[in-house]
Amino acid sequence: MSIQNNLKYTKSHEWVRLEDDGTATIGITQHAQELLGDMVFVETPNVGRKLKRGEECAVVESVKAASDVYAPISGEVIAVNPELESTPEKINQDAYSAWLFKLKPENAGELNNLLDYAGYQKILEADGD
Amino acid sequence: MKATSLNQTHRDRKAKMVDFGGWDMPLHYGSQLDEHHRVRSDAGMFDVSHMLALDIKGETAREFLRRLVANNVDKLTQSGKALYSCMLNPEGGVIDDLIIYFLTESHFRMVVNAGTADTDLAWILARRDEIAPGLEIIPRRDLAMIAVQGPEARAKVWQVIAGSQAETENLKLFQAVFFDKYFIARTGYTGEDGFEIMLPAVDAVEFWNALHAAGVAPAGLGARDTLRLEAGMNLYGQDMDDTTNPLESGLGWTVELKSDRNFIGKQALLEKPVKQQLIGLILLDRGVLRSHQKVMTHPDQNEGEITSGGFSPTLEQSIALARLPLSVSPGDEVQVVVRDKMLRAKVVKYPFVRNGKILV
Repeated sequence: MSIQNNLKYTKSHEWVRLEDDGTATIGITQHAQELLGDMVFVETPNVGRKLKRGEECAVVESVKAASDVYAPISGEVIAVNPELESTPEKINQDAYSAWLFKLKPENAGELNNLLDYAGYQKILEADGD
Repeated sequence: MKATSLNQTHRDRKAKMVDFGGWDMPLHYGSQLDEHHRVRSDAGMFDVSHMLALDIKGETAREFLRRLVANNVDKLTQSGKALYSCMLNPEGGVIDDLIIYFLTESHFRMVVNAGTADTDLAWILARRDEIAPGLEIIPRRDLAMIAVQGPEARAKVWQVIAGSQAETENLKLFQAVFFDKYFIARTGYTGEDGFEIMLPAVDAVEFWNALHAAGVAPAGLGARDTLRLEAGMNLYGQDMDDTTNPLESGLGWTVELKSDRNFIGKQALLEKPVKQQLIGLILLDRGVLRSHQKVMTHPDQNEGEITSGGFSPTLEQSIALARLPLSVSPGDEVQVVVRDKMLRAKVVKYPFVRNGKILV
């Protein structure tokens, strides 16, 4: 199981990377893409949208199913990955470089609520993977 | 969970396994899309041993089947010929869809779906007791079934089963023949040429591995579903079930109503008005059509529903089968409710793809 240890994670299988400029980049984990299989469609939030932590804000659809993506932290959407519209399979190729969107965090303190590498790994083990 | 004789072989190939109607089956072996394309362009193979073959033996076999199923087995005159049919309940709902092979006047073979096999068997045995006591109904769980599909499928089978080419290259579509320990039928569920092959389950692993060595790609139930959807073939439990009318499920061509034959469900079908049709959709906006999404043919009116939907790897856009009012025609535009959005879709006549070619 590939997990990167410089990232933060959610129970719902999103990853978050805090950038040097204070923004946060968000994607779905390697485990999530493996569960879903070949990606065929990604719907990202509009730039400028203000998200609340836990809010449904994107959809990733594979050949198998549609899956909601939840905002790991609150904040304003400042960018979405333009590549995913035409090449959603980039998520399958490398889930940690195929980011979905970037946020300007509303409250950096929320990052402390996220799981670290070890915490996320425990969740996966509990799921039986 | 139930397992086919190829279960360990799938696991050894790192298949992602899923519960399919109580059977532990491969969904894909890495990439469902790759498997789909292999079948359209070359050759792929599916373990379909979860489906149940039934041998029907006795002098009253044909008479029994005339009553039991909605298509007319009197169309079967040549040994080896196959017929696709629905088996209906007295209300005209579809208990299952199946294939019947005519072998001899006292031996027919039926293949039914995995998920419905138990209820089918109970239904068939009960009808047998009423209509044709003494007729033997023999479940053949000793057989494995492997579907080899794709433009190169037959040639690869000939490579693996020595001597089979001469016996099977003149088989027409929907015809089958016994050869050695194999029962080889030119049928399938992908819209491509190929064979569906039954053989003793104990020999399945060796045969599967030989096909693999000959360049046939293992393909899972995921690719099987997208291939059949593109080919416009119904899936039991999605496009029809025991509450739906076959005449509203794109299956009118399989229901023989002209003869005076009295099959189970016929009276109900004759009495019920047909109000809907199964028709194809191609999504015009970005997104993916899925089963149970509502379809609006007029603004603010939920008038239909998608029965099967998904991403078509061949068309590279989303397609669906939908049950819509008879007033809808190919070329019309409808709206599909996808989460909080209304997406535009074009109504088309299916199949979407046959023999590697896009038809819509």
